[in-house]
Amino acid sequence: FVAYRGQTELLGPLRKIELYEMGWNLKDGLRECLVAAAPYGGPIALLKGHYRRSPSARPQLEIYSSSGLPLASFPWKSGVVKQLGWTVSDDLLCVQEDGTVLVYDLWGGFKRHFSMGNEVSQSQVLETKIFHSPYGTGVAILTGALRFTLATNIDDIKLRRLPEVPGLQEAPSCWAVLTQDRQSKVLVANGSQLFILDNTACTPVTPPGLSPQASSIVHMCVSFSYKYLALLTDSGHVWMGTSNLKEKLSEVDTKIKTPPKQMAWCRRPKSQQPSAVVMWDGLLIVVGECKETIQYHLDDDSVLVPELDGVRIISGTHHELLQEVPGACEEIFKIASMAPGALLLEAHKEYEKESQKADEYLREIKEQSLLSEAVRQCVEAAGHEHEPETQKTLLRAASFGKCFLSNFPPEQFVSMCRDLRVLNAVRDYTVGIPLTHTQFKQMTVQVLIDRLVYRKLYPLAIEVCRYLKTPEYQGVSRVLKHWACYKVQQKEESDEVIAKAVSVKLADAAGISYSEIATKAYESGRTELAIKLLEFEPRSGEQVPLLLKMKKSPLALSKAIESGDTDLVYTVVMYLKNELNRGDFFMMLRNQPVALSLYKQFCKHQEQDTLKDLFNQDDDHEELGNFYVKASYKDQRLEARVALLQSAVDEYYKAKNDFSAKTTEDEMRLLRFQRKLEEEKDEQLVGFSLQDTMTTLLSVGLHKHAEQLYKDFRVPDKRFWWLKLKALAEKEDWEELEKFGKTKKSPIGYLPFVEVCIKHHNKYEAKKYVSKVTPEQKVKAHLAVGDMEGAAEAAIERRNESEISTVLSRCSATTDHLLMERLNRAKATAVKK
Amino acid sequence: MAHTEWKDAPGLPDFSLLKRLARDQLIFLLEQLPGKKDLFIDADLMSPLDRIANVTILKQHEVDKLYKVELKPIVSSSDQLCFLIRPRIQTVKWISDLVNADKVAGRFRRYKIIFTPQKFYACETVLEEQGVYGDVTTDEWNFYILPLDDDILSLELPEFFRDNFLEGDQRWVTTAGSALRLLQSVYGSFSKVYGIGRCAKMVYESWRELMEDGEQRTRQPEFAKVFLVDRDVDFVTPLCSQVVYEGLVDDLFRIKCGSVEFGPDVTSSDKSIKVMLNSQDKVFSEIRNEHFSNVFGFLSQKAKNLQTAYDKRRGMDIQQMKAFVADELKGLKQEHRLLSLHIGASESMMKKKTKQDFQELLKTEHSLLEGFEIRECITYIEEHINRQVSMIDSLRLLCLLSITENGLLSKDYRSLKAQYLQSYGIEHLLTFANLRQLGLLEEQQAGETLTVMESKVGKLVNDKTVGKLTDAFSSLAKKSNFRALSKRLALVPKSGEEYDLRVPRDMAYVFSGAYIPLSCKLIEQVLERDGWTGMEEVTRMLNGQEFAVTGGSSSSEARSKTDAQRIVLVMFLGGCTFSEISALRFLGKERGCRFIVVTTAITNSSRLLEALLDNSA
Repeated sequence: FVAYRGQTELLGPLRKIELYEMGWNLKDGLRECLVAAAPYGGPIALLKGHYRRSPSARPQLEIYSSSGLPLASFPWKSGVVKQLGWTVSDDLLCVQEDGTVLVYDLWGGFKRHFSMGNEVSQSQVLETKIFHSPYGTGVAILTGALRFTLATNIDDIKLRRLPEVPGLQEAPSCWAVLTQDRQSKVLVANGSQLFILDNTACTPVTPPGLSPQASSIVHMCVSFSYKYLALLTDSGHVWMGTSNLKEKLSEVDTKIKTPPKQMAWCRRPKSQQPSAVVMWDGLLIVVGECKETIQYHLDDDSVLVPELDGVRIISGTHHELLQEVPGACEEIFKIASMAPGALLLEAHKEYEKESQKADEYLREIKEQSLLSEAVRQCVEAAGHEHEPETQKTLLRAASFGKCFLSNFPPEQFVSMCRDLRVLNAVRDYTVGIPLTHTQFKQMTVQVLIDRLVYRKLYPLAIEVCRYLKTPEYQGVSRVLKHWACYKVQQKEESDEVIAKAVSVKLADAAGISYSEIATKAYESGRTELAIKLLEFEPRSGEQVPLLLKMKKSPLALSKAIESGDTDLVYTVVMYLKNELNRGDFFMMLRNQPVALSLYKQFCKHQEQDTLKDLFNQDDDHEELGNFYVKASYKDQRLEARVALLQSAVDEYYKAKNDFSAKTTEDEMRLLRFQRKLEEEKDEQLVGFSLQDTMTTLLSVGLHKHAEQLYKDFRVPDKRFWWLKLKALAEKEDWEELEKFGKTKKSPIGYLPFVEVCIKHHNKYEAKKYVSKVTPEQKVKAHLAVGDMEGAAEAAIERRNESEISTVLSRCSATTDHLLMERLNRAKATAVKK
Repeated sequence: MAHTEWKDAPGLPDFSLLKRLARDQLIFLLEQLPGKKDLFIDADLMSPLDRIANVTILKQHEVDKLYKVELKPIVSSSDQLCFLIRPRIQTVKWISDLVNADKVAGRFRRYKIIFTPQKFYACETVLEEQGVYGDVTTDEWNFYILPLDDDILSLELPEFFRDNFLEGDQRWVTTAGSALRLLQSVYGSFSKVYGIGRCAKMVYESWRELMEDGEQRTRQPEFAKVFLVDRDVDFVTPLCSQVVYEGLVDDLFRIKCGSVEFGPDVTSSDKSIKVMLNSQDKVFSEIRNEHFSNVFGFLSQKAKNLQTAYDKRRGMDIQQMKAFVADELKGLKQEHRLLSLHIGASESMMKKKTKQDFQELLKTEHSLLEGFEIRECITYIEEHINRQVSMIDSLRLLCLLSITENGLLSKDYRSLKAQYLQSYGIEHLLTFANLRQLGLLEEQQAGETLTVMESKVGKLVNDKTVGKLTDAFSSLAKKSNFRALSKRLALVPKSGEEYDLRVPRDMAYVFSGAYIPLSCKLIEQVLERDGWTGMEEVTRMLNGQEFAVTGGSSSSEARSKTDAQRIVLVMFLGGCTFSEISALRFLGKERGCRFIVVTTAITNSSRLLEALLDNSA
């Protein structure tokens, strides 16, 4: 029957897959090395000669890919390293004895360093653990003072010193970091006692059903997902349970009482079986649910790397993956399996041999109507296989099965084929990222592309993007951007060459942000290159922040204006305001009207005085005048108002705007006049317009004062007559009105007199003025007082056709019969003429 | 001649979707501040908000009490305050003061500012300067467009006009761009974009950039063409008295956010009634585009019809009566109610508008448009000012005079200005400064000298450069060139001919046959020519800045005959009047296409000029 090919070894419910024969050449294997391997098939860091503490021989730090290809190597010159570890974004952390953490990229480039606090550096680091949580990569430290300090996210360091563990006299026998309830906690074993430390308290806990023989917990490990916990006691028992210590899953006796080198969970997500791997020198024991353990021998010093769905074992020569056999694979490859997938695989095999047995197998599956299940199983199993040949066999079988199904959704099959192609490519020895399908799905394509980019495998990354049809914006363009960011840091090439290369490569890629690339160039000290690159940025708005950073403020300002985004202009203006001295700032604004008007807007609301200064600087006397006028009517006090108006007058004269100056002077006079009168006569006047003032005066009978204003302010006759007419009529002072009408010839004629009387229903008075009206308005006047005869008379006299018609239209046929005849006759002659 | 349905006219897209989008986002934002909260709303956002989410919806999302922003100290006992405001410095300052006052009083509250339609950096600067940046959370409610009617979309940003054209503050440009982008993402892309004006150009640019940034979705477009026009391209139209029913209602009663409040003189009761004015109102939709002289006749006909419909009851048997009550009566009642309102309104209108003064006012306007008897007009305006008839109307006539005459003679300018100031106070010096800046009211001399210089220079160099020089000069002088434009585009029909307002023959009917709105004429011409070719001289007189761009969807040729191709989106930057909308509806009917008007706000002469007053303390 079918069995696993060469490099896969079955160990009961587990399988061990050989990933790589390591490409490195280590003389002493991993002995005496400090080793750290990143999860998800990440890089491996070795600090060689770390345990030899002679001042002459410096330890060597080496970084390799998972397949053992060298990425970096350099002598370690800093302090004593306690622990190595990788961050979620493939950066190397080196925790030193004094609590300083140095961060390197995967090419060995130093990035930055940070300290874990004074307390740590004083009492020195005893032990360190680097852990990953949804909040990033964290560092936990046990100090010489037997206190824990931890930081949950090294990109946003907030140091937390955990409470003291009661009764702790010497280093705890073992400890681990847990992430529970959105908090990182430390689980500490002191002999047989177990404590959970969180921010505020130290709580003693007891694992349920821990065998009583144990007097001390010597080792512990938490699963990849932080859900499960395994404890190893000095009696050799492994207790497995949930990490909240509420439930026990199993307990197994390893029968070995020496402390192990390492322990790790080996469990795939959703699996029902707990299993942990314990490693001693040369020996590996897998413990699970049953009492039996699986043991096997290790030739070499090895390191366990826990993964989401298994454990990787790295030795001086080999790199293997130990994992529970995936369900689908087990179903298919189990000896004498009758699972639909297994039958389909067999059917396909027979079909290739052109044997009719194929049909028998197929029929058997179809009879149970399990064909679609069979196809699914084969596809899924293919995903879990590392050998391309096995993958192909399974996928072919699936494809074969699919032929006999209608309406089977093709997506799963298609995407699996794609995924596998990508996985096989990155698992390649030269790339060395041994991801399983489960891990790949968990980490997502985006992250995988990031990792490839980080390894400078740009062509492969682009190919993956294109192959998986990742939207250009997130895929190819992103890779190209990273490539360009890397490119601009190559110091040996000239600005021109790089700028050209970048623009050629990125030309037709959508959504490229040149400003980001330019920022990189600027950060690596190449301002000129950055400016060149910014020129390629089509959105001028994007150029602005960097230009500001590079202190190219005039350019930034004009780019912001070019972008048409006022908000951006505003940002620059505000930046400049704080950056430059006032004089320079104003000068710069002067050349940019858009920015200037924007700033004026702001000043209008926020800084009135600045506004004045701005006008002053520009010698804009006109605007200054307006400014003072505006200020004047905001002020309630008369003296202040007059003073402000005086300033306005001065400015208007400077602006050669005599008109405004004069008007403003008049206003000052008017204000004074109003004030005086207010005091004398107790009438509310201040702030009224000239007209309103006169109206008020006339209405209260202060004719003399009104006359005075009329003369002083050279009010046009017409206006005054209108005013007085209206005021007198309103008071129905007909006598005065008549007198007024006779003072001199009315500049507005006498028709208004007639109309105003009619308006106040005084036909008698109205008639007095009809005779004075000019001939052109006679008809109207007669009509207004309702004198049809008079109107007709006037119209006929003037022989004006339209006037005659107007009168006609007002005549009523019953009463004015004769009149109408006359009018019609006159109209006829008028028309003839 | 009521035209209820345009024959052969394409259907319009469903704009209620925009309301739903806005509502959903608002609810999402309100839920970001869980628990009971008091909501403070900018006064001018109240009506638009009401159209999107009424009080019931707000209460459902734990809004406890609603307040209007009044820039005064508040009385609220809530621990959570939410502010829904336009991004104005003043309002933000007020909020900062509030927060600081609470701090002094040792009161702890949570504050959230929701800016709509967008946040401005200036506002955040204020928060920062006032030291409350950390105490307040801010958000954006991207409520760009309020559909006022089937074919009117408004940005409800009246300040756009002043900010952009007077203050030179272009912050709203991106807002307008975003609004277009929103329309595009919901209703599909456009095949062609035309525009005229500086702001129009900037809006287009901003829109184009937004399009490039985002993902492209190609789908069947629901509009064919877009026309962007700046308000300052045509100031004459909004300055004229409106005589089409809807415009007249706006002039007299002020339509606010698609609804109007009819006072007691209209309702003939002691109550005011608020009425929504849109195509849902069957009576209104038939008279909105009519010249007001026709409206009364139409309404009385309608009343008769209604009576006939009621009269049907007589002689019905029980069964028929039952059907009548069930099916028709409610509709009739509704129609009855609306009819009596509109009759009331037009009565009140007639009372005001058939009076002598209004006729004379119209006559003066028409003379100005025709350039006829200018002296008499000036005398009329003088009298108007002297008698303090109306502050805004006087100003309006002055502006019309200045624009149509390319500025006032120095003597007239000074005397009219002096008289105006005497009538209405010296603070109008600033108003005049504003009007001059916008080119609405100018002294002639500068323009004159330029013309002289121009012609002198013109003789020295060849024709081609003359154009350029004139460009330069005219942009300096900002001349209106109205007279020349009017001649070239035949905006003013020949006088003397009778114009039957019952059967309009062109868009001039919206101004009693005296004038075709320049803005609408431009749109008509450009659509007819499919671009600006042949209109070089016109655009030169309008200070250029015209453009025509073919849109992204190259396959537009293939479906050039679909309905969508006959829908034209016109965006007015700085506001548009109901008269213009009526004129465009008429044009659409003539050409078998439909216009959708997008505007920064509905405007009219009063709103336009009030925005330029500077007498507010």
